[in-house]
Amino acid sequence: MTALSHRARLLVAALAAVALTGVAVVSVRMAAGAGGTDATPPTQANLAEGPRLQVLTNGQLSVVSAQDPGGPRTVTAVRCDRAHAAAHVVVCLRPVEALRTTQLVVLDRDLREQRSVDLAGIPNRARVSPSGRLVAWTLFVDGHSYATGGFSTQTGILDTRSGQIVKSLEEFTVARDGQPYRAEDVNFWGVTFADDDNRFYATMSTNGHRYLVEGDLAARTVRTLADNVECPSLSPDGTRVAFKAAVDGDPGRGWRLSTLDLASLRATALSETRSVDDQPAWLDNTTLAYALQREDGTNDVWSVPADGAAMPRLLVPGANSPVFLSEA
Amino acid sequence: MYLAMIGRPKTGAGEGGRRGWAALSGNVLALGTVSLVTDISAEMVAAVLPLYLVVGLHLSPLAYGVLDGVHTGATALLRLVGGYVADRTRRRKTVAGLGYGLSAAAKLGLLAAGSSASAIGLVITVDRAGKGLRTAPRDALITLCTPPSDLGRAFGVHRAMDSMGAFAGPLVALAVLAAAGGAFAPVFVTSFCVAAMGVLILVLFVRDHAGARPPQGTVPPRAVVGLLRDSGVRRLLPAACLLGLTTVGDGFVYLLLQRREDLALAWFPLLAVGTSLAYLLLAAPLGALADRVGRVPVMLGGYGALVVVYLLLFGPLSGWPLIVLVLGLYGAFYAATDGVLMALTGTLVPEGTRTTGIAIVQSGQAVAYLGSSVLFGLAWQLWGPETASRLAALAVVVAIGATALLLIRRNHPTPAEPVENPS
Repeated sequence: MTALSHRARLLVAALAAVALTGVAVVSVRMAAGAGGTDATPPTQANLAEGPRLQVLTNGQLSVVSAQDPGGPRTVTAVRCDRAHAAAHVVVCLRPVEALRTTQLVVLDRDLREQRSVDLAGIPNRARVSPSGRLVAWTLFVDGHSYATGGFSTQTGILDTRSGQIVKSLEEFTVARDGQPYRAEDVNFWGVTFADDDNRFYATMSTNGHRYLVEGDLAARTVRTLADNVECPSLSPDGTRVAFKAAVDGDPGRGWRLSTLDLASLRATALSETRSVDDQPAWLDNTTLAYALQREDGTNDVWSVPADGAAMPRLLVPGANSPVFLSEA
Repeated sequence: MYLAMIGRPKTGAGEGGRRGWAALSGNVLALGTVSLVTDISAEMVAAVLPLYLVVGLHLSPLAYGVLDGVHTGATALLRLVGGYVADRTRRRKTVAGLGYGLSAAAKLGLLAAGSSASAIGLVITVDRAGKGLRTAPRDALITLCTPPSDLGRAFGVHRAMDSMGAFAGPLVALAVLAAAGGAFAPVFVTSFCVAAMGVLILVLFVRDHAGARPPQGTVPPRAVVGLLRDSGVRRLLPAACLLGLTTVGDGFVYLLLQRREDLALAWFPLLAVGTSLAYLLLAAPLGALADRVGRVPVMLGGYGALVVVYLLLFGPLSGWPLIVLVLGLYGAFYAATDGVLMALTGTLVPEGTRTTGIAIVQSGQAVAYLGSSVLFGLAWQLWGPETASRLAALAVVVAIGATALLLIRRNHPTPAEPVENPS
């Protein structure tokens, strides 16, 4: 190297700089050109008349006929990590991207954006109240699985009519077993709304317990009802919640899909014996739908009777985040 | 000011008794340029890696934390071995070049590793190993081509250029992400290209110190043991450990700022950019100040800035004044301690074993730093972040006293004593 003159060394450096810049530019161009190839091209299917199901196909908002859920499917270009719908209001938690954290988007029946809320975290749960007025979401702020120890969630509620936002349910006053309760380690997740647009149910975890809480949005309070109830989902008739129960109270061992009668607080384990990590959705007052992950990471939507009487069956292959569109 | 000098031809260090900025050798500037370019590459990846692992690969943050911690110890050992080999063979440039090369290769390794957590762990280890290998011989080269009275300045300029790279890295990464439509692969490819350029600049423009070879047997392993008994090293090593122990970690400082001000997570990388900005602006002036008024007082001043940082995290200020002041003082702390400690080491460790000496001091600092972040995490869990940060401030006050006791006797800059003359 000492043989090279100063000028020769500068020349070598300049040539190398040009060549390396070229390599970098080509790699950027190629990636920019290939943008979005993993997305499924949107398709418009001829769906049968009658009720429909909304699901996510490969992270894209889709609709199938409730009568023929495994049949033709309309796939839109709207990308969500989690979605829900009620009364012509669709909510979608946008996927986190390299340059943007997630966003909650409220869409109308034609999927036109009505409003959006910027959020920080990994999308997890989303819910619309039966009237379409209230919207709730849960994000993982730290960690992103309920099975590990040190996760932290953030659950918020938006009133689409007044525009008011509860940034985190942790602002609410808590009563545990009838006593006022305060603790640093409180986390909330998985909201489900009653039809009065004020009462709601959710999971509150603290000190190793995961409680079913009943909340009052106007009073900004929650109170515990039962232990070991996660991701509740209120039945259309308002008498029961479907939920996931940690096996032997230990989330590390998986969850058993169950229902709880709100009057008697008696729980019933359903006939689904595989571990379900989802907030179930009621298709009607007797049937539940939920997603299960295959070995290769693809999701399928399954359904099971809410009384534990019959075995689960495959409902929508290659889909997750199901919701029944009652008014379609 | 140092920017203006890059284009100016430099004669060898110490010639003609020149002092001050003009006496900085071309080698220091070449090494600074290598560090600048390499740090752009390293910080590009550092800025997007957590995002890539969690968002791109759906790896849990916990798994990443474990990946990170386990390998740090192994690289500390490699740093010592690298320092010793560099001293023994007197080929500091070659050892440093190997380190820079390994880190460059690791950027391509990230592309090849795919989504396998163990492969990514291996690649990160190789990257760390490269960093461990190169740091000590590089700093030794700086001390060997600079007269002792100008070491503060030389390290100041080097660290300023280094942090200029750290400052630019995350910005370049964000620009590449934006241009590539959010794809991660081009970030790694670009990072590799930048790193390769750094290696090339080292090969082409950095000269190894051509000091007289020690008579025959080069550096025997015994000399390393002897080094531990050397009075300079015996005072520097505890001082370096104290420095490491008082640094609870950038992550914790930024996390507390983020919580206090409820910043969006996207701001996280920008907090590091703010600290780098303060560091790069202050490194050269504080280095020069250290040459003039003494290195130990400047180090102690840096600790003072750190005390204020820890106290401010739960102090009276809020909003922009808080963020600007904390990041500014945090950068000032780095500028007043990191390079200045190496300048001190350069004057106190004999030339023949200098790379090893620097490696020992840096390893002490790195291991202590690892311990302090674990301790701070524990204190946070036990007593909450407020008490933990107050305790950290208290620890720095103790460190100020201890450092003063350890180093104050030899703090005045060595007067123009005979400097090794590049033949």
